Amino acid sequence: MIKETNSEQETYAYGASLAQQAAPGQVFALVGDLGVGKTVLTKGLAAGLGITEPVSSPTFTILQEYEEGRLPFYHFDVYRIADPEEMDEIGYEDYFYGDGVCLVEWANLIRELMPEHTVWITIEKDLERGFDYRRITVEGL
Amino acid sequence: MSEKDILILAIESSCDETAAAVVKNGREVLSNVISSQIELHKLYGGVVPEIASRKHIEKINQVIEEALTVADTTLDELDAVAVTYGPGLVGALLVGVAEAKAISYAKGLPLVGVHHIEGHISANYIENKDLEPPFICLVVSGGHTHLVRVKDYGEYEILGRTRDDAAGEAFDKVARAIGLGYPGGPKIDRLAKEGNPDAIAFPRGKIEGSPYDFSFSGLKSAVLNYLNGCQMKGEPIVEADVAASFQKSVTDVLVEHAMMAVRESGLDKLAIAGGVASNGALRAAMEQACAENGVHFYRPSPILCTDNAAMIGAAAYYEYIKGVRHGLDLNAVPNLKLGER
Repeated sequence: MIKETNSEQETYAYGASLAQQAAPGQVFALVGDLGVGKTVLTKGLAAGLGITEPVSSPTFTILQEYEEGRLPFYHFDVYRIADPEEMDEIGYEDYFYGDGVCLVEWANLIRELMPEHTVWITIEKDLERGFDYRRITVEGL
Repeated sequence: MSEKDILILAIESSCDETAAAVVKNGREVLSNVISSQIELHKLYGGVVPEIASRKHIEKINQVIEEALTVADTTLDELDAVAVTYGPGLVGALLVGVAEAKAISYAKGLPLVGVHHIEGHISANYIENKDLEPPFICLVVSGGHTHLVRVKDYGEYEILGRTRDDAAGEAFDKVARAIGLGYPGGPKIDRLAKEGNPDAIAFPRGKIEGSPYDFSFSGLKSAVLNYLNGCQMKGEPIVEADVAASFQKSVTDVLVEHAMMAVRESGLDKLAIAGGVASNGALRAAMEQACAENGVHFYRPSPILCTDNAAMIGAAAYYEYIKGVRHGLDLNAVPNLKLGER
């Protein structure tokens, strides 16, 4: 499935719509270059789950947990992971195969660890269609 | 050493660094050992992206022994053992926490758990013997951007925080985008010296209704859009100008928010802390703003801005004299909030 957006607000709203359908154990993999809008989509998804506290980047802590929403939300950013084995350090399996909703930014870096039921979301720019245009490709939903 | 001196062994392993220090009476550092420092001799915030806790396990005993040796002391002479128990990576934190508990148990020493950010703030006590709360502190690092009112030792009110990326993270990501590599902060700082900070008008992130909060994700996107735009139009990119203009945008916001907090709190002391507090442009801009407004400005040396254990020892001292003790059930808390116990 391909969704096209033309503003941060639209990307945010799309994130929120993904949250509406999310079930316990759902895993989203989010792929895209720096500045493409991964944070925006993630914030939308968190808001869609009913999380009101600010969702800040977990690049340095790898994982940030939010318990206040409809389902527990586990926000991963594996940008700094040099070797997938390092994921053992944060006990990732408890989350990937748990009862909450996982969203993993830069999941392409740990592709072999992602569960089979992962929904892959790729965000891309196409500068010929303007700075704000984003093509969001969703596989596995 | 007089009988009243309090000697604390502090351990820090929340992220990349394995560190141990011996601190006397909260403000006198007898030793401050950081593992990456031993290997790389990088004094300037040069953290290596290595999060494996097995690295902490390999290094921690060696680092503690070194800290005791340099301080010319032994475990038997200590009054307490302190450790960072959050926030951070759980696997990394657990190494330090388990080590501290083992020492506490084996030697019958009181155990004091410390919040990592409290440690960063307390780094200011070490070289500024006159600094006492209340004051405003801006904590800026790769993982944190917090504007804090330090009401008393161990008492904090968070005025503002980042809504997305931490300041240091923005430095790292922009550095990557302009091909500078890791660690981004020092590299941008250096390159920016050759550039024009007013060359490109990057946005100053603001959060509607939360004047003290920060946002750096939009700035990062603006830099990337600028780079993309230049490529599309075939215009040359002057990396030094990008670095200088980006850095100016970050420091402007940090300085503005910090000065606003100082003004509105009626306090006359401002401290900065954390890895980004080593940034030359930020230090200079803060110093200038403080001088213009009659505010006392405090900042730690670069080695005390990076993750280190001396700062944990400083924070732990004030907890210790208040009677704070943790049991052997102390656990690592990866998302520990500032001011929580």
